[in-house]
Amino acid sequence: MDIKSLQDRFQEKVDAEIKIEPRDWMPDDYRKTLIRQISQHAHSEIVGMLPEGNWITRAPSLRRKLGLLAKVQDEAGHGLYLYSACETLGVERDDLFQQLNSGKAKYSSIFNYPTVTWADIGTVGWLVDGAAIMNQVPLCRCSYGPYARAMVRVCKEESFHQRQGFEILLTLSKGTEDQKAMLQDAVNRWWWPALMMFGPNDADSPHTARSMNWKIKRFTNDELRQKFVDVCVAQAEILNVTLPDPDLKFNEETGHYDFGAIDWDEFWAVVKGNGPCNKQRLVARNKAHDEGAWVREAAIAFAEKKKQREMAVAS
Amino acid sequence: MKNNWPLWEVFIRSRQGLNHKHVGSLHAADADMAIENARDVYTRRSEGVSIWVVPSEQITASNPDQKDELFDPAEDKVYRHPTFYDLPDGITHM
Ligand SMILES: [Fe+2]
Ligand SMILES: [Fe+2]
Repeated sequence: MDIKSLQDRFQEKVDAEIKIEPRDWMPDDYRKTLIRQISQHAHSEIVGMLPEGNWITRAPSLRRKLGLLAKVQDEAGHGLYLYSACETLGVERDDLFQQLNSGKAKYSSIFNYPTVTWADIGTVGWLVDGAAIMNQVPLCRCSYGPYARAMVRVCKEESFHQRQGFEILLTLSKGTEDQKAMLQDAVNRWWWPALMMFGPNDADSPHTARSMNWKIKRFTNDELRQKFVDVCVAQAEILNVTLPDPDLKFNEETGHYDFGAIDWDEFWAVVKGNGPCNKQRLVARNKAHDEGAWVREAAIAFAEKKKQREMAVAS
Repeated sequence: MKNNWPLWEVFIRSRQGLNHKHVGSLHAADADMAIENARDVYTRRSEGVSIWVVPSEQITASNPDQKDELFDPAEDKVYRHPTFYDLPDGITHM
């Protein structure tokens, strides 16, 4: 079959909501787009463990420590589901690690911000996992089967992440004046970076139309960002915090909240490596990878030895 | 250096009475480690009572390009379904 008819058949399937599976024919650009998106997503889950892992030993109670530990472990799991989905497209895990550790691959910029107080852990759960959920729920219907299935597992686990974060903040909101101030300070610092998680405005997002046509994406960046703002306002009221945006206001006409302009210069600076923690994150990833090398090698050597011993017994 | 841990496909029986179902894959040095990793990656919330792991390279899959040749022959065999057979009105338990 010629390329044109293969392409047509592919698009017909996508349009009819028939999932594309690993061995099915797919356009090269579809494959490349998915490899980039799924691997960036996987890297984000892995790097995302660092800012939160920072607080596990200092969690204020056993209950909080258990919750945070379980959440961080889930994020490792999410990374693994996603790497495994990505590998079905014909890339190797080691090449993906290599791209992350060398700084060539991108991951979500939000994880280049520091978690300086305990309130940051609650705020990450509320806003960062909250924004991630907003992004991820539509991905459960992505046209590529393995990615969609991985996202179903991820989304099932995410809601606990957001709740544990919100509960931390709710506790602080009923605490001392210092605790309330710490809560407000964390929200002030995380609000705008959380809005940036949805990516550039639609007008500056040249590949959105193509991804929507391929049903990788179901909503545009701005649509998802708006949904997120709309749900956060009421939640902020419960926490008795203000969101740091003087332009945030309900618009009777649209039925949505209007909000102020995002500082895209900051966004691009962080994407390009100049955020507060970019270097630190890469150093931590490389250190973990390098210091684990002997474990990986020893496991291979042990498996080899066991295999040979079994063969010797059998013969 | 490259990590040469082989890839394993993971199948989970979610409860007694159900088939094992493919859930994804993972890397492990050997079968024992693959089971242990599968426990941690795919059953953190009691999603399983039994795990199978199979080296991915051991799986032979049908070719999607031959889907028509493979599966079309079943399509015109309506006589394999109960609705193909005529029964008189009023008959029950059949
Ligand atoms: Fe996650
Ligand atoms: Fe999460």
